[in-house]
Amino acid sequence: MRNRLLTITSACVTMGIAFAALALVLAAGQQAAAPQQTASQFGESSSLHALDAGQFPPYKPARMPDGHPDLNGYWQALVSADWDLQDHEAQPGPKPEINGVYGAGPAGQSIVEGGEIPYRPDALAKKKTNFETGAMVDVSSDKTWHNLGDPELKCYMPGVPRVNYLPYPFRIVQSAGPSSPYMLISYEFASATRIIRMNSKAEAPIPSWMGWSRGRWDGDTLVVDVTGFREETWFDRAGDYHSDQLHVVERYTPVSPFHLMYEATIEDPKVFTRPWKIRFPLYRRMEQNFQLLEFKCEPFTEEMLYGRFVKRPNP
Amino acid sequence: MIHRSLATLGIPAMVIAVGSMSMLMSQASQRARNAATDPQTKAATPSVPPPGAAAAKTSGFRTPWGDPDLQGVWNDATSTPLQRPTGVASKDVLNDAEAEEFQDQLAGHLSRDRRDGGSEVDANRAYNEHWMDARRLKITGDHRTSLIVDPEDGKIPPLVPLSAERQKQSDERAAALARFNAGMPNTYFDFELPIRCITRTDMPPYMPTIYNNDFQIVQSPGYVVIAPEMIHSARIIPLDGRPHVGKNLHLWLGDSRGHWDGNTLVLETTNFRPDSDIFRAADPATFRLTERLTRMDARTINYEYTVEDPHTWTRPWTVRIPWTRIDPAEQMYEYACHEDNYDESHFLMGARERERRGEVVQPIPHLPSVQ
Repeated sequence: MRNRLLTITSACVTMGIAFAALALVLAAGQQAAAPQQTASQFGESSSLHALDAGQFPPYKPARMPDGHPDLNGYWQALVSADWDLQDHEAQPGPKPEINGVYGAGPAGQSIVEGGEIPYRPDALAKKKTNFETGAMVDVSSDKTWHNLGDPELKCYMPGVPRVNYLPYPFRIVQSAGPSSPYMLISYEFASATRIIRMNSKAEAPIPSWMGWSRGRWDGDTLVVDVTGFREETWFDRAGDYHSDQLHVVERYTPVSPFHLMYEATIEDPKVFTRPWKIRFPLYRRMEQNFQLLEFKCEPFTEEMLYGRFVKRPNP
Repeated sequence: MIHRSLATLGIPAMVIAVGSMSMLMSQASQRARNAATDPQTKAATPSVPPPGAAAAKTSGFRTPWGDPDLQGVWNDATSTPLQRPTGVASKDVLNDAEAEEFQDQLAGHLSRDRRDGGSEVDANRAYNEHWMDARRLKITGDHRTSLIVDPEDGKIPPLVPLSAERQKQSDERAAALARFNAGMPNTYFDFELPIRCITRTDMPPYMPTIYNNDFQIVQSPGYVVIAPEMIHSARIIPLDGRPHVGKNLHLWLGDSRGHWDGNTLVLETTNFRPDSDIFRAADPATFRLTERLTRMDARTINYEYTVEDPHTWTRPWTVRIPWTRIDPAEQMYEYACHEDNYDESHFLMGARERERRGEVVQPIPHLPSVQ
């Protein structure tokens, strides 16, 4: 059985390469001005320039038995957008007098199309407050429970799209056939899980941290429409945020055997003046026998959240 | 009172994972009950033979790449107790009339809409039937009187004596539980893992509980993934024969590997964390878990597991729980636990406030029985 599967898979891959090569030849023929590309895509300096600029050569992905691209695998982002979606310089972490460089944030370029998030003028102040209070918590009152602190700091489910650029791996689980009209994405961070309902028209029954995901295929791109968010999640440690009106449309496009191009269009009329886009590649984790381990971070938060209510020995 | 109710009704399986005391009590009572019996082990043969003949029927459920197809959303709620009670249900399988009576008795006992038992019990039933999975009031379709199918008596095998170190750990846990029961936890470590939202019934082996008994299975070539509704920890199981993770890596949910034995998915899980809570008793270092999932028909998976731990039980034991496909109109919901875990702060704040007022509260080793 496995042999047959391998045969099918390798046949698909072979066909994919053949298609890719054909497409390259056609592209080269049609666009004389385009950089010269050959079947040995990685051997020419002009192609390397394209790679350096973040352009992937044309690619036809391996396919599942139902004909859709096979996105199964362990993936991870390498951007530092979790610290800040927009341009950011290296920065110290909380309490550098204790932590030194541990906890410091790396520099990174904006993954936002056009560079800037289009905040409504009246919405920008909250981002600033979020940043200033991102490392504070106070759970002494249920009513103000969520007012302070970055949800990531508290090990809460990070929401979408943030969960995709946290520095932790995740697995896309893609089936085929009528018995599972679902895809599933399992994240190492906080054991967060998303169920993606394929071709579903059902609306979110209740708000949730990871939102209500409905998927469909647009050619070789998996499009996931996510609504039904709770308002408490953030986009990054810089305090970028949204309201309960958040609507995210994600696009996962295989661009090589080892990369998915990820795009998300973010819409929230309460907070932003217009929809805006982020874009970055996801990388396939290729270590031998790679698997998700656990980042069940709740125990790392208990002293921070509840320590002030713990019985201490009398001094 | 508690022991009498155990003796007549057994321990409803659903208490195991969430209830604070059931397993400790079960083992204490088992220890007493079995003190004079023969603790010898024997071959682990289920008393009710698994329906192997039905395998042919299941061959129709295949994924497009040829694996047996277990996909869907399944529910494992039942009122059938883990261990076989005495009395009405002293035999392993009941006839229809007996089954109905057994089910009624269990449902009456489990119901949280009861208003008998006094104010304290009443308060403990504040989460009434509205919040509960109604399927947990039904016994299993095969009319068994215990989820345990091996040993034949339907009971957890006798315990082996604990080492001094493990006895000390056990005593410390019991003391912490007694503080918690009294509403006087010293620290968050006095809570059990479910209260801390670290693991609940998302930890294998899977046991029915009061709610969130759903499991979504999604397969891809070379993998089976089981996503329990409880806490949202999807369990990713490779089927490619790869070795377990290294011995220095420990996981709350363990490290699972699977293979197909005919139409049955066989799962071996190791590398549990030392602070895992496995039946409130087992030694994670020596605990061995084997689970078997078999698609029986369009609406049923047979879920069976065998546990063994020479540091805990005198022999392996095996549990069988049918999983029933949920209606397509139903669905799993996100179970955010830690995100609004007001309990953890309320319990601690309440305890400090009572201390501030100078209240003296005695630890309570066992709460009145409420499922």
